[in-house]
Amino acid sequence: MTSPLLSIKALSAVSTREAHQPVLRAVSLDLRPGEVHGLVGESGAGKSTIAKAVLGILPRTVKVTGGSVRFEERDLLTLPPRALRDIMGREITLIPQDPQTALNPSRRIEGQLTDGLRLRLGLSAAAARARALALLEEVQIRDPERVLASYPHQLSGGMRQRILIAAAFAPGPKLVVADEPTTALDVTVQKEILRLIRRMQRAHDTAVIFVTHDLGVVAKICDSVTLLYAGKVIEAGTTAAMLERPAHPYTRALIAAGPRYDRPEASLTPVPDAIFRQLRQDIEQTERA
Amino acid sequence: MLTAFVTLIGVAIVIFCLLRIVPGDPVAMMISPSATPADIAALRARYGLDLGLFQQFVIWFKAVTAGDFGASISLRRDVVELIGERLPATLELAFAALVFGVLAGGTIAVITTLLRRTPLEAVFEFLNGLFLAVPDFVWALALVLVLGVAFPVLPLSGRLDPASAPAFVTPFYLLESLVRLDFATFSDLVAHMVMPVLALGLPLAAIVARILKESLLEAMGQDYVLLARLKGMSPLRLVLQEALRNAVGPTLTLTGVQFTFMIGGTVIIERIFAYPGLGNMAIDAVINRDLPLIQGIVLIFGALFILINIATDALAVLLDPRQAHG
Ligand SMILES: Nc1ncnc2c1ncn2[C@@H]1O[C@H](COP(=O)(O)OP(=O)(O)O)[C@@H](O)[C@H]1O
Ligand SMILES: [Mg+2]
Repeated sequence: MTSPLLSIKALSAVSTREAHQPVLRAVSLDLRPGEVHGLVGESGAGKSTIAKAVLGILPRTVKVTGGSVRFEERDLLTLPPRALRDIMGREITLIPQDPQTALNPSRRIEGQLTDGLRLRLGLSAAAARARALALLEEVQIRDPERVLASYPHQLSGGMRQRILIAAAFAPGPKLVVADEPTTALDVTVQKEILRLIRRMQRAHDTAVIFVTHDLGVVAKICDSVTLLYAGKVIEAGTTAAMLERPAHPYTRALIAAGPRYDRPEASLTPVPDAIFRQLRQDIEQTERA
Repeated sequence: MLTAFVTLIGVAIVIFCLLRIVPGDPVAMMISPSATPADIAALRARYGLDLGLFQQFVIWFKAVTAGDFGASISLRRDVVELIGERLPATLELAFAALVFGVLAGGTIAVITTLLRRTPLEAVFEFLNGLFLAVPDFVWALALVLVLGVAFPVLPLSGRLDPASAPAFVTPFYLLESLVRLDFATFSDLVAHMVMPVLALGLPLAAIVARILKESLLEAMGQDYVLLARLKGMSPLRLVLQEALRNAVGPTLTLTGVQFTFMIGGTVIIERIFAYPGLGNMAIDAVINRDLPLIQGIVLIFGALFILINIATDALAVLLDPRQAHG
C-alpha cells in the first residue's frame, strides 16, 4: 500500500454568503499517485469547492470550519502563502471547465503556454517554445507552429481544451485537477478529450481529480470515485465496485436514471423523491449528532 | 468617411443659420460713432451682409470647400491663417491633457485594482468620487489660487515668458523646442502648461480611473487570470499583461467622448489662463460678432470631433484581437 499523494480528512466548510450554510460536511478522500479519482454529484454538491480547496483558491466567501487537505504530508490549508504558491501551478495544476474563458483572448497561444514553463521551471524563451511545441504534438495538435502563433478565437473549442490540457501537464505535475473539463464541449469532442486526459495521465503517471456530474464519464475514466450530495460523501470506492454493486439507494437510483440524472425530464428513470427525502433526513441526523 | 463628411456639412449649415438668428450685428461693432448710414451700407455690402441668407450661405460654402474661410471682421486677417496660428497651441494643450489624464487615471486604476479588498481601496474610491465631481474650470480657479497666488511657483498666464522671444518656424512650439533640444524654452512652455493641463486632465483622469478599474476588476475574475496566477505570475503582471488589454475597450470609447468634451473645455480654460489658443480666440470672436471667424473655428472644432471619433474607432479595432487578427 503506497502512502496517499493527497489525503483530505473530515473537511468541512460553510458559505458565508448563504447564512453559514454548510458546503462541505466532513468530506474525506485519499488519492494515490497516478490514480484518477472521480468527484460526482449533482450541481451544488460541493465538487468544485473540493477542487478549489485542493488548488488553494477557495473564494473568500467560503470558510473552512475543520479538517485538513494533505498533499505529500503538507497541509495545504495551513501552509504559508509562499509555500503554497510553489506547489500550485507546478505540482498541482488545473484543467478548467470552460475553454472559452480560460485562455486570454488578446494573447497568442505561445505566451500563454510558455510563461508557466518560464516562471515555474526557469526555462529560457527558446527552451520553453521547444517544450510547448512538443506538448502540442503530444496532445495531437496538427501544425503546432501555427497554433502557437494563433489567438484563441482562431481555434475551435476542442483545440483550446487540448491546449489547456497541454498547459496543465506542462510543468510535470503530480496532481491535475480537472473541473468538468468536457461539460462545455460537443459530445463527439468530449470523448476525444476524455481519452486524451486518460492517455496523458498514464504517460506521465499523474494523479487526477476528475470532477463531473456524469456517471458515464466516471465509468470511462476513473479508477475510484466519491459520490457527493449536499456536501456530504454518500458513497466512495473503486469505480467498478460502485457501479456494479452500489451500496447506497441514491447511487442505485443515479445509475438507473442514466447519464442525465441531473435533468429529471431527460433521464431514463428520474431519481425518486423519496430518496432525496431520505438523503436530507440522514444529513440532518448526522448534523445533530 | 462619407458619414463624417455629411456630418461636417450638417455642422456648417447649422452654425451658419444659428449665427444669423442670434442677435448682434458685426458691422455695429466695427463702425466708429461718426459713421454715416452710407458708410454702414458700404461696409455691409463689402462683407456681403446685404445679400439674402441663402445667397450668403452658397457664397460662403463654395469658398469654404475651396479652403477659403474669408477674412476675420475684427482682426482684418485671413481666417485660415489665424486658425493655423492658434490651433497648434490648443492641440498641444489638449493632447498634453489627454496624455496626462489617461496615464494618471490608468495608473490609479491599476493601483486600486492591486489594492482591492484592502482598507486603502476605500480611500482611493472616496478620492476618485470627489475628483469626479469637480469640473475643469473649478480646478483652474483652485490651481490659480494655490499655485499662482498663494505659492506663486507657476506662471499664471500665456504660453511663454514674454521676456524670452525665441523664433519658431512652426506653430507647434512644444514639439519644436523639443526637437531642437532647446530645453530652456521647453521647460518654460511646460511651466505655462502645467495648470491648464491639470485643469483639463484631472476630470478625465477621474473618469478613466473609475471606468478602467471596473473593467479591470471584471477581467481579473476571468479564468485565464486564475490560471496565470496559478502559474506564479505576480499581481502587477496579472493586471498589466493579462487583464489590461481585455479591459481597455470601454475606457477607450469613453476617453474618445471625453476628449471631445475636453476640446470644448479648452475654450474656458484658455480664457482663464490667457493661453493664446483657438478657444481663447473663439471667445473674442463671439464678443465681436466676428461671423467668418466664428464659423471657421466652429467648423474646425467639428472636424476635430469627427477625427477623434474616427481615431477612437480605429484604435478599438486595433485593440480587439478578433478584428485585428481575423
Ligand atoms: N463563491 C462562493 N461563495 C460562497 N458559497 C459558494 C460559492 N461558490 C459556491 N458556493 C456554494 O457552495 C455550494 C457548492 O458549490 P460547488 O462546489 O460549486 O458545487 P458543484 O461544483 O458540485 O456544482 C453551493 O451550494 C454554493 O451555494
Ligand atoms: Mg462545479
